[in-house]
Amino acid sequence: MTSRNAVVVGGNRTPFVKAGGKYAMASAQDLMTAALDGLVARFGLSGQRVDEVVGGAVLKHTRDFNLTRESVLGSALSPLTPACDLQQACCTGLEAVVYASNKIKLGQARLAIAGGVDSASDAPIVVTEPLRKALLALNRARSLPEKLAAIAKIRPGDLMPVPPGVVEPRTGMSMGESQAMTTKKWGISREDQDELSLASHRNLAKAWDEGFFDDLVTPYLRVAKDGILRPDTTREALAKLRPVFGKGDTATMTAGNSTALTDGAAVVLLAEEEEARGRGWPVLAKVIDAQVAASDYVNGADDLLLAPAQAIPVLLERNALTLADFDFLEFHEAFASTVLATLKSLEQAGVGTVDRTKLNVKGSSLAAGHPFAATGARIVASLAKMLAEKGPGSRGLISICAAGGQGVVAILEA
Amino acid sequence: MSVLEMIYGTPAGKFVARKAGLSDPPKLRRGRVLPTGPVVLGELAGGGIARETLRLLGIDAGQPILDEPGARVKDDKGRDVPPRYPAKPGAIVIDATGLRQITQLEGIRALLRPVMRSLEGSGRIIILATDASAVEGLEAKAVAQGIDGIDRTVGKELRGGATTNLVFLKEGVRPSDLASTLSFLLEGRSAFVDGQTWRVGPAEVTHDLTPRPFEKRIVVVTGAARGIGAAIARTFARDGATVVAVDMPASGDALAKVANEIGGSTLQLDITAADAGAKITDHIASRYGHEARIWAIVHNAGITRDKMLANLDEKQWAAVLDVNLAAEMRINDFLLAGDRPGGLGEEARIVGIASTSGVAGNKGQTNYAASKAGVMGYVWALKDELEGRPITINAVAPGFIETEMTAAIPFVQREIFKRTNSLSQGGNPVDVAETLAYLCGPASGGVNGQVIRVCGQNLIGA
Repeated sequence: MTSRNAVVVGGNRTPFVKAGGKYAMASAQDLMTAALDGLVARFGLSGQRVDEVVGGAVLKHTRDFNLTRESVLGSALSPLTPACDLQQACCTGLEAVVYASNKIKLGQARLAIAGGVDSASDAPIVVTEPLRKALLALNRARSLPEKLAAIAKIRPGDLMPVPPGVVEPRTGMSMGESQAMTTKKWGISREDQDELSLASHRNLAKAWDEGFFDDLVTPYLRVAKDGILRPDTTREALAKLRPVFGKGDTATMTAGNSTALTDGAAVVLLAEEEEARGRGWPVLAKVIDAQVAASDYVNGADDLLLAPAQAIPVLLERNALTLADFDFLEFHEAFASTVLATLKSLEQAGVGTVDRTKLNVKGSSLAAGHPFAATGARIVASLAKMLAEKGPGSRGLISICAAGGQGVVAILEA
Repeated sequence: MSVLEMIYGTPAGKFVARKAGLSDPPKLRRGRVLPTGPVVLGELAGGGIARETLRLLGIDAGQPILDEPGARVKDDKGRDVPPRYPAKPGAIVIDATGLRQITQLEGIRALLRPVMRSLEGSGRIIILATDASAVEGLEAKAVAQGIDGIDRTVGKELRGGATTNLVFLKEGVRPSDLASTLSFLLEGRSAFVDGQTWRVGPAEVTHDLTPRPFEKRIVVVTGAARGIGAAIARTFARDGATVVAVDMPASGDALAKVANEIGGSTLQLDITAADAGAKITDHIASRYGHEARIWAIVHNAGITRDKMLANLDEKQWAAVLDVNLAAEMRINDFLLAGDRPGGLGEEARIVGIASTSGVAGNKGQTNYAASKAGVMGYVWALKDELEGRPITINAVAPGFIETEMTAAIPFVQREIFKRTNSLSQGGNPVDVAETLAYLCGPASGGVNGQVIRVCGQNLIGA
């Protein structure tokens, strides 16, 4: 079999902003179209056909059943560009990159765009189950009495919409509550969490100041910079925040060390290596390998967000690598304590220790924000650029956890 | 919109405005469009280049009518009037390249008088003369300057959007060197260029004139996200260019819109960065391949920090000079220093943007005027430094151009600015773009070291 490499050529994202903020009126499709258009412009692809665009969202309207294809149609890409939707909670963006890379490696595509979008502002509103059933009955009703009977079944209480929430259907617990249990179980201190959060803000602020995002981000709706970023935050300011997850005196998780609900979109341009070189395009990094894992959090045997700790050893083993072989480690910061618990878990399992100076050096989700499905593409594009700057042979590890107890990890190499 | 502006927009308001002398300005012919009426050639003794150049353009020039005493006719009041053209001429090209004596200037008068009232709307008067540096003797040199006076005055007397311009020919200029200039002046592309004078010399490399001169050529436009810059990007793309649209990272979304519309690519870049030149060449090499070279770079990015000098601090002073002048020079230095992937081609075009503010000064714009006059000085100096290389450097100096920026000027002031020129209106961004595209044309290799005003012959700094 011919061996083909899938390489990261570049990326683009919108700035990320807090839900209900400047993107409140933008739909997921608007955001994804904007991310695509910025990428198309950066690479002069207007009117051109890409073999496939793959992306998705976590919070998705039923009207968005064909979100990625509709975004492509709204973008400057050729309408002959096929697209597919994919969804794996917060892993969506990274899984999209894996999907597209695999197609490239198999020769099914030479050029692909992968990414994701989420708008917590544009989240679908769900009605109560009695109201939904009554409305369906009304729809089926033929005669006036039947219609009236259907309407009569509706009680005032049924009219309240069901608020959207990040709740695990199996446990009924919010992600923050689940993580609070993990935090307690692994003994992650408030100080360590705040420290990680502080580093995230400082690193991201520095990267913005250095112009690192000049060719990774395209402004949208008059927003040119990530809105969640607090360049001036301090240890003291973070320490003052009241815990929001967990109970009693032992609660340590605050709004400062947990990611906020965020709106934004991110995409990555991937190509078969020869194709990229033939076009004179930058070959920032190769997508080497990826691994997915799931944890049995329902029965309490595992933690909801620590599935990456299971995927990483498998990935390292298969590629004959250790944690020390990586120049950069990109651990998605769902919560500061998720990252810290994952690191602790890896250490305890004998996988190895992560050199903290190589961890999230350009900031991560705590400072940038986390539009669920967009995070993977944000990380892939940034890491690929960091590796290209570091030089040939440099390596990076990506770890992303997700709802449903899943995790995707991947290796990039310059 | 101010109350005044709203009243002005009503039919009654317009009626009052007309009574006050603020009639609707003529609508200018724009684009790659020739005049409707015939092109007339007035060839004076010793000329000849105009006829050959018009032939290159495929234009069959008509005969001129001369205002000679014997040819005059009586009007209904019994006064002597010059003979009339049977049909309104669209343009008259006056070949005065052979004029050396003061008495010969009469030939220009005799050619011009019959057209002054009969030229069609947006008609053209184009005068060709020999540059003073290429003629012998004091009288001949004085005559050259005399023609300049004619051009400037005629521009102020013409009505209906008609313009006049003078081109001085340098030693050794050939019809193929002149073709792009004559074509530009005849067509609507030069709509807002009026009463101007510039010089054309022999090109080091000659190219044929084509309607899509930038096909397969890369043109870099800074400040391309909006206003004049976006118009420049669109105009070059219309003429076939692959445009690299550069602007500040914060304007990236507007920039992407422009680039996607014209099939170009974006480079989000602060041009004042020390490595801006390298960023530009890296971008080009990584998008269009190692062999790709820049055909033209348009230094359009600019800022204003307007303040009366009494209130002007060092920060506002430095910012304007750095963006408008120093950055352009740093980028050019880098590009001119050597051949590199994505760098400047052998035979490239560099163009900058000056301003009538740099020519005449403008209250509250010391910093801006310094930077824009600086661009002019730089163009003249760099042209000399590039002697022997087939690279050209030129600039345009826009007058009042209708953009988002000028729309912010209070209504009354804006109306005054707009109307104080020979065409009684503001120019469009595309007018600046067309002039830049003409200067960057492959066939314009003989136009070098020129600063052309696109100002409708603004009264200020004329």
